[in-house]
Amino acid sequence: MTETVLTPHGHDVPPRFTQQKLGWLPWLAPFPADAMTARHWDGLVDAARAKSAYFMLLARDPDILQFRTKTDKDIFYNPNAGLPRAERELAAAATSRFNGCIYCASVHAGFASHFSKRTADVQRLLDEGVHADLGARWNAIVAASVALTATPGSFGAAHIAALRAVGLDDAAIVDVINAAAFFNWANRLMLSLGEPEIPPAV
Amino acid sequence: MTGMPADVIDHLAGIAPGSHLAAIRDGRMQARDNAQNSFLALFAPDDTTAMALDERFAVAAFGAALHGDAATAAFYAGRLPTDLAGAVAAEAARGAAHGPYGSYPSPALAAENAAGPIFMADHAVLGTRLSAAFDHAHMLVFHLRDADAPALGKLLDAGWSSTGIVTLSQLVAFLAFQLRVVAGLRVLAATPGGN
Repeated sequence: MTETVLTPHGHDVPPRFTQQKLGWLPWLAPFPADAMTARHWDGLVDAARAKSAYFMLLARDPDILQFRTKTDKDIFYNPNAGLPRAERELAAAATSRFNGCIYCASVHAGFASHFSKRTADVQRLLDEGVHADLGARWNAIVAASVALTATPGSFGAAHIAALRAVGLDDAAIVDVINAAAFFNWANRLMLSLGEPEIPPAV
Repeated sequence: MTGMPADVIDHLAGIAPGSHLAAIRDGRMQARDNAQNSFLALFAPDDTTAMALDERFAVAAFGAALHGDAATAAFYAGRLPTDLAGAVAAEAARGAAHGPYGSYPSPALAAENAAGPIFMADHAVLGTRLSAAFDHAHMLVFHLRDADAPALGKLLDAGWSSTGIVTLSQLVAFLAFQLRVVAGLRVLAATPGGN
């Protein structure tokens, strides 16, 4: 395999945080499609992900990719109890905004808008940053996500109290913790293994 | 591998079987099981060609210490030879910082750029490969938006393969997840009054 860094050029770099669909260009060669074994396909979980340079790059270590993906899906898609999907996505978007991952923020701000129908509020999170005033309930979720994301962390009893005060039970609070924590995983991969692009107009 | 907790997040967060928070975690069973499977894939792997076990535990102990989680740092450092564990602790003390900081590539976001330390590991103590891994891990922990393609070039130059870089990146990124789940659950467990 090629042991060299890829340097994309000629693409349009997103100038700021956006809900627009973005592309992603890898800085290392993805795993070659013609060398895929059963273990690599298991790593992708969904065969359609073979079209993604991001997942094909991560497929170089297929086991951790598989378990990462299954962790991700349950945290965000499991409909039983806990936090509504829109607010799990809000936690992901706020985490990505605070860490500075334009690609991750675009995807999960988009989902937060889709599920909440509060597109303008989500855009204010992207434009103004994590201190945007989005109303008590969303402010509490964003503040908790930011406190969990800071390194070292600053998440404390006051964040729990604020989340309970706006109606979250402990299962919903665990969803906030899991969603913010998971995006600290995702942001680090997306930011350090490649870069976002504004896809060419079709 | 022997000696690994059945659920490392419960172990590090102090969550007892049958407790209120254990029951809530069971409500996301796939997430619970696959967080554990992720931990085992990284720290009890079938194949260590791309990244040696000592490198894995050293980077994890370093990353946990940079996060200020002494108990988790001790958990990972406890799997290292004593002299390497001591070197990791010394490097982590030197690398202390507050994140996230760093610079955006886009001038439109320059007002948000925040300066912070760039870590350079001690090659004489850690050797070329592990030093490069620590430099990269420090960036991924604290100033991830400074990441760029040349940073990966430094890892290749230090003897990391492309696959090894993916494993190293997954390990640091997974650790960032695990530490935050543990931190959040510890606070929730210590803050009774919910339902």
